[in-house]
Amino acid sequence: MPKVIYNNNSGNTKTVEVNNGLSVMEGAIQNNIPGIDADCGGSMACATCHVYVEEKWFDKIPNAEEAEIDMIDMAIEPKKNSRLSCQIIMTEELDGLVVTTPEKQS
Amino acid sequence: MKKIDVVIIGAGPVGLFAVHQLGIKGLKAVVIDNLDRAGGQCIELYPDKPIYDIPAVPECTGEELTKNLQEQIKPFSTEFFYNERVDEVKQDKDNWIVKTNNNNEFTAPNIIIAGGVGSFEPRKLLINDTERYEGKSLFYSVKDKDEFKNKKISIFGGGDSALDWALELSKFSKITLIHRRNEFRGAPHTLSEIKKLENEGKISIKTPCQLVSIEGDKNIESISIKFDDEKTEKIKTDTILSFFGLIMKLGPIAEWGLNMNKKTIEVNSENFETNKKGIFAVGDICSYPGKLKLILSGFHEVALASVECFKRARPNEKYRFEFTTSSKIIQDRLGKK
Repeated sequence: MPKVIYNNNSGNTKTVEVNNGLSVMEGAIQNNIPGIDADCGGSMACATCHVYVEEKWFDKIPNAEEAEIDMIDMAIEPKKNSRLSCQIIMTEELDGLVVTTPEKQS
Repeated sequence: MKKIDVVIIGAGPVGLFAVHQLGIKGLKAVVIDNLDRAGGQCIELYPDKPIYDIPAVPECTGEELTKNLQEQIKPFSTEFFYNERVDEVKQDKDNWIVKTNNNNEFTAPNIIIAGGVGSFEPRKLLINDTERYEGKSLFYSVKDKDEFKNKKISIFGGGDSALDWALELSKFSKITLIHRRNEFRGAPHTLSEIKKLENEGKISIKTPCQLVSIEGDKNIESISIKFDDEKTEKIKTDTILSFFGLIMKLGPIAEWGLNMNKKTIEVNSENFETNKKGIFAVGDICSYPGKLKLILSGFHEVALASVECFKRARPNEKYRFEFTTSSKIIQDRLGKK
């Protein structure tokens, strides 16, 4: 089962196994990762599951569609490596993926 | 203070259908919502996205669903209080006193919380100490555009609200439009108008950049923005308009003494009552074993909650289960002959 490493900006790190086919957001919710609320439940409508994807992983994830990019505009402090974690679906290729939650996102 | 059978908090699909289920049982409700119209998330988050899992409705948009529900509850001529948030809930023997931030007060034996993920509020700027400008020179919406005449306005955002107000206010003010990406998202016509005004020097566009700081003492004097290439720029500004969409905030609900589980309210799955007698939670905001956040689940939840509401509002009457197809009383309440 692939692992995801969730960092938050206060320096805490949690590594969890997330089933293939589940999203990084679902992995966070099931494991009580702080900073990922996913208020809309994964319908790309709220940006509360926004994460920064570590550079070396960013290009390995399929590109964001327009609706996601629009939603990232609404996220807390978006950066170039911003994604909505509900749109990152885990596969074996993403084993070891590192994401960080923005500091002010609660 | 207004006496009523049920106060419904939230005018989303589940809150609207609550009006129906209460109405056919002869109960009067009022509905309070922080947005300026009915529909909740259906209207605010995905008005044009088709929904495929409403029973017997193969496909409909959030907007259509809302319209149809409003049509369905027309016979009950229910009073709606929009742009209002319930701030306080207090017990008064067998009744609840509900106060809104607009000083409306209701007393009712029942409250149905159909609040989704909380109330929608504008997403605020993340710069420290901006509250002192809020409502004076920093705004998250435009209520009276005359207040925005002859100003130096910086508008943040890349969506429809930012673009539409940039166009409108450029008629009588100096506009700087600031967005974190080069691409704006708007109707093609709006985009070409913006481009035209930029060429004419009436709108200045700054992308890709973000706000770094606001300078000024009592009033805003300027803002500093940082471009992606780390360059910064100071822009003379006396008014900021920020359009970063809406966020959902649970708000005061967390302070009403209800048993909560993260951002949801715990209920029993027999009548969806919370730990407080007469306060019910339905739709996305409630949690119980097996809960699914589906609109159709919310419809079921209000049907059951409305029975308990009846028992509390009419303690001396016996509740009779009836079908809309055969009950003369219900058909009468629906205005059908």
